[in-house]
Amino acid sequence: MILEAFTDRYVYFMTVALLIIGLYGMLGKRNLLKKLIGMIVFQTAVFLFFIEGATKFFIENGTKLRGSVPVIDPQLGTDPALYVNPLPHVLILTAIVVSVATTGVALALLLTIHRGYQSLDEKVILERMRQ
Amino acid sequence: MDTYSIVPLLTVLVSLAATVLIVFAGQRPNVRELWTILASVAKFALVLSMVPMVLDGRYPAVTLLAISPGISIALRADPMGMIFALSASVLWIFTSFFSIGYMRGLEEHKQTRYFACFAICLSATMGIAFAANLLTFIIFYEILTIATYPLVIHKETPEAISAGRKYLAYLLSGGLALVLAIALTLGIADSVDFVPGGFLAGQEAAGNGRLLLLFFLFMIGVGVKSAVIPLHSWLPTAMIAPTPVSGLLHAVAVVKAGVFGFVRAIGFVFGPQLLHDIGASYILAGFASATILLASLLAMWQDNLKLRLAYSTVAHLSYIVLGAALLAPSAWTGGLLHIVNHAAMKITLFFCAGAIYVRTHCENVSQLDGIGRQMPFTMAAFALASMGLAGMPPVGGFISKWFLLQGTLAPGGHHAFLIVLLLSGLLNAGYLFPIVVRAFFRHSDNFPRFGEASPLLVVPLVLTAGLSISLCLWPDGIFHFYGLASRVAVAVLGGGG
Amino acid sequence: MTYLPILIPVPLLLFAFIGTLAGLWRRSLAYGAALLGTAISLGVATAGLVVVLSEGNLHHFLGGWDPPWGIEYVLDPLSAFMAMLVTFIGLVVLIYSRQSLLHELPERVVPLYVLKLLLLAGLTGIAVTGDLFNLYVFLEIASLAAYALMAVGGRQSAMAAFRYVVLGTIGGTFYLLGVGFIYFSTGTLNMADAAQRLPALYESRAIMAAVAFIVLGLGLKMALFPLHVWLPDAYTYAPSAVAGLIAPIMTKVFAYALVRMFLTVFQPDYFRVTLPVTDIIGWLSAAGIVIASILAIAQRDLRRMLAYSSVAQVAYIGLGIGLANPLGMIGALLHILNHAFMKACLFLIAGGIRFRTGLVDIPLFAGFGRLMPWTMAAFTMAALSMVGIPPACGFFSKWYLVLAGLDAGNWVFVAVILISSLLNAVYFFRVLEQVYIRPLREGVAEEQVREPPAEMLAPILVLAAGIIILGIINVVIVTQVLYPVTEPLR
Repeated sequence: MILEAFTDRYVYFMTVALLIIGLYGMLGKRNLLKKLIGMIVFQTAVFLFFIEGATKFFIENGTKLRGSVPVIDPQLGTDPALYVNPLPHVLILTAIVVSVATTGVALALLLTIHRGYQSLDEKVILERMRQ
Repeated sequence: MDTYSIVPLLTVLVSLAATVLIVFAGQRPNVRELWTILASVAKFALVLSMVPMVLDGRYPAVTLLAISPGISIALRADPMGMIFALSASVLWIFTSFFSIGYMRGLEEHKQTRYFACFAICLSATMGIAFAANLLTFIIFYEILTIATYPLVIHKETPEAISAGRKYLAYLLSGGLALVLAIALTLGIADSVDFVPGGFLAGQEAAGNGRLLLLFFLFMIGVGVKSAVIPLHSWLPTAMIAPTPVSGLLHAVAVVKAGVFGFVRAIGFVFGPQLLHDIGASYILAGFASATILLASLLAMWQDNLKLRLAYSTVAHLSYIVLGAALLAPSAWTGGLLHIVNHAAMKITLFFCAGAIYVRTHCENVSQLDGIGRQMPFTMAAFALASMGLAGMPPVGGFISKWFLLQGTLAPGGHHAFLIVLLLSGLLNAGYLFPIVVRAFFRHSDNFPRFGEASPLLVVPLVLTAGLSISLCLWPDGIFHFYGLASRVAVAVLGGGG
Repeated sequence: MTYLPILIPVPLLLFAFIGTLAGLWRRSLAYGAALLGTAISLGVATAGLVVVLSEGNLHHFLGGWDPPWGIEYVLDPLSAFMAMLVTFIGLVVLIYSRQSLLHELPERVVPLYVLKLLLLAGLTGIAVTGDLFNLYVFLEIASLAAYALMAVGGRQSAMAAFRYVVLGTIGGTFYLLGVGFIYFSTGTLNMADAAQRLPALYESRAIMAAVAFIVLGLGLKMALFPLHVWLPDAYTYAPSAVAGLIAPIMTKVFAYALVRMFLTVFQPDYFRVTLPVTDIIGWLSAAGIVIASILAIAQRDLRRMLAYSSVAQVAYIGLGIGLANPLGMIGALLHILNHAFMKACLFLIAGGIRFRTGLVDIPLFAGFGRLMPWTMAAFTMAALSMVGIPPACGFFSKWYLVLAGLDAGNWVFVAVILISSLLNAVYFFRVLEQVYIRPLREGVAEEQVREPPAEMLAPILVLAAGIIILGIINVVIVTQVLYPVTEPLR
């Protein structure tokens, strides 16, 4: 039972793990680039959560199966229960675009910061900022 | 009965308009001063024009737009507001002339700012006098606080700046207490319109503790401006302002706005009955008595003339508070008359101090030996006003004190207050008469020859001294102060004046 | 008529494109495009408010898809009010921007105008959308534009902007996570539809987690104390014309989004009874008001002082939300409006001083009152309003908050509001003392200290006049617009 619960939900555990790793990267690391990597991991964790949330299970012949890609397959028919929910995929497509844009902005900022301070170390930069 | 009239609004607007004109005439002193004087005369005429109507029982009133749901900015010239507005506006005329003489005599800087702020202060004073509800009252009350600040720091010396900070700290805190009090009031009553006899009357259900708390908040709110001990200490500090400011604002407009707030709170918010029931009237009378005695004693120790006058102001303001707290018709009449009488007498004294300062640059009592020979008119006026403050005829102070004494003997009064008043009369004599004696009977080589200050300074102070006498000999005068005061007492307390 | 909601953000997006293209040809055209786009949007928002008040809410279904499948845009009194506020401040600040940007960043005016349009589009979008995920998209549009706008003020601003990117992204992502929980529990993203389905699920842990993530995310975005750490640097180092745009409206729009969650998506009792959300927000805000005000007193740089003051003022809004009664909500929403005017005015003045003299430190402003009379008169007006002197508008938001605090019997909040007035007085009168009383500092060139050009002065004066006007007509706003909004709380 426990194992089954885990195999059903391991993606959620991974999501949580990634969220924590990402948060740690953003808040715990001094290097700004590592912060940015943490941010990307953090966002990706949420994307995974949505994608996993879209999956559907159905029981066929006593075995538990995952839903198919949401393109109508003549063999499966049109029962929506047999397909994964397409909407979260669409949402995440949008969110990925946002994430790419954010990453782009952040990288541009890092370039400017590095030009200005010759460092990406937060502590060093903050010291130079106060001068 | 109210009649629609925009005159109360005009009294507020006239000096506000003058402010703009004063600022734009900043480069031309003569034009600028002309606006000040025109505004003061116009304001006085407007206020005076309402007297017959008000005596007739028809109160000019105007309601403007709402500023909080169910509460509008409303102005209403009832007899009590008229007393305050009349005394402030008539004295503004004298002060305007005196200010011109004073500021020019000392070649002060930033005179435009000075006259502009003065005009705003007078606008706010009219607003306070005619405010028909608590929210209107607080708006003008806060404006007055802010508009006085530039006058307090006028000298721009470090002492002036720190005096300004102290002033703001006290007065803004007081304002906040009042805001809280009004907000609490709204939780008890639906309306905050002033009603003779109190709009909270009959709200005993709100609970004794809550009402007492409310009363204390009111006391702090208006007590700061009226300099009741222990909330008084900003007033002596603020004496660093130019003398006309000390004269009109710190003896008439600002501090009287506080006292006026007291009287409004007692008579028109709580009502005598409720106040008596929650036992607050005795507390207040006690505070007022303590203030009278303490401040009079403190005044004795002051060598700086303006400081001595300031402590005297603290004491006399509490005469009015005491009168209101005694909840007897004659005490009310006396207290209200004292608003006028004290204003006229104290402004005379401040004018004298100002004239002496402009002429001789003396600020201390100990330097004034023999000054009576040099400035006889000034010091004669000083002597008259001193007599008045001590409660002697034939000066106005006698009348108000007489009614106050009657009030202490009325039911609800107490002999202790009688003694306080009599004692304070002696103390008054004790801190003012020595100055007169020094001026006229001590010999000193400092002031060998005759030399009054400029007529712009002397004429106003002689006139205000004359006004103080006329207030005794002819209390109803052209202003009908007595008639107005007794009407208020009747309206609030229901008895005969 | 039902197109009105979508017609508010669309001109802004459209003119962002037109502005880019026109800016390639002639730089000055970008300014015209930005002005025109914002003006149209303001016109639509104003019309929208009038229509909504007379005829009721307007709904627009994007692409003709009915909710809950399609994206819905809703114009109700609150969203129309927010959209109008955002576009009005946007227009005023844009007029100010031309001279300011030419002075500070002459090479980059075209992208800056375009980014401002995108920012306004994002913020108005948040106001009018009726869809949870769409709100996320607009939130990110606004944030991306803001990151870029804030970063162009030099190396310090790049660093400040980077920190904002990181924390802002956490905020946005938390919000998205919360939306995910709601979607997977209810199967809908439409706010009205979710509001129907959520009550049955109130006991579910997923929904509770959703609330936590959404409140945390929006709290970060609105700089709710103690999640405000990104704000002071970001506001301090941003170009004047950018700080003047972002400070007054951006955090407020996220506060609005929080109010939407509280009133529209969830039922108020879920936030104030079932979960202690409003209590937490209220107490944190109370602490924030006091602490941020004290920090503001300690600042030398006027912009940083204003930034800390913004944290404190946002906390007022949080306090009103936290009180969770009708008067508190009115106070919070009114403060969104009032503070937008006050803070815009103050930041534009800081920019105006910097434009002429290059100075930002308060002690160096000594003696400016005589040399910049109009600017400083406006500053005085805004400062008095911040302190809460009637009849300036700042008094009235505090007034409603005090009434609300008494109504709720919460004396601590009442005391905090009153004490913060005094703290405000301390830091604003400190500036006024310098400006009006102290003589000009040595080394400050007197001939430089002049009024900013008319194009910059006029917006400042308009906002200063607005402060008084809003105060005097506050009852109209409260009874017509805000009172109906608080219906769910009664």
